[in-house]
Amino acid sequence: MTRPIRKEDMVRRLLEEGPAPSVPPELYADTVRRGDRMLRRRTAARRLLWLLLVAAATAFLVWASVARPWVQPPSDTTPPLTGW
Amino acid sequence: MRERQAFRGARRAREFEAFVAGAAGRLLHAATLLTAESPGDNPRARRLLALSLAHTYASWHRLRGEDPYDHARRQLAVRFAHGFQYHRDGLAPALLRQRARPAAADGGVLCALTPQQRLVLVLRLYEGVAEEQTAALLGLPAERVRAICARATTALLRPPRGPARTVAEAAPS
Repeated sequence: MTRPIRKEDMVRRLLEEGPAPSVPPELYADTVRRGDRMLRRRTAARRLLWLLLVAAATAFLVWASVARPWVQPPSDTTPPLTGW
Repeated sequence: MRERQAFRGARRAREFEAFVAGAAGRLLHAATLLTAESPGDNPRARRLLALSLAHTYASWHRLRGEDPYDHARRQLAVRFAHGFQYHRDGLAPALLRQRARPAAADGGVLCALTPQQRLVLVLRLYEGVAEEQTAALLGLPAERVRAICARATTALLRPPRGPARTVAEAAPS
């Protein structure tokens, strides 16, 4: 049991001890630029979806008020009563 | 409403700047280990880190008490995993092994390992993420993570030079 743990410690040291890369100075500005673009895109997508939803709801209401699908259509299967 | 948004934006920028100042060094080191590039020339690691941090920035207000470092690390791991899985799908294993070889010239510490081994090793040993969490993050069973980690450790400490040498080394212990 001690052997794997010692090996893991050796690997850990190997990883930690390697020369650390220097952080590029433009990283923060670059990240914020990308992040802001991501946020703007998300906002635009949300707006577009809301717009679509509102448009679909309006279209449905207009269609329903014109077509009145809940009114029973006049029956035309019974022949008209004539001659009695 | 606009004022409130501007206030939130300013607070996010302030907090995020402090976070980047504190965490970017370690995250960049982890990313460089993942991509097996040399610390002096690591464009892929920088790009990976910039994308992950941008995602953390964009979801800053939705973290709700979650550790931003944890979020950024997860993004890093998932993006890296997606990158090598995407490439693996179209390639035969032999071709992949051939592609992995030239990376040895890059000079990273982990350049002898496969991308998956590097990912597991960095998460488990460099970042100290628990085995179960690593498994959940990568969508693998915990036993598989343990096996990959053990194999990567062995491969790293004892680089394969030839079958005869390995047998000779294994015999005395």
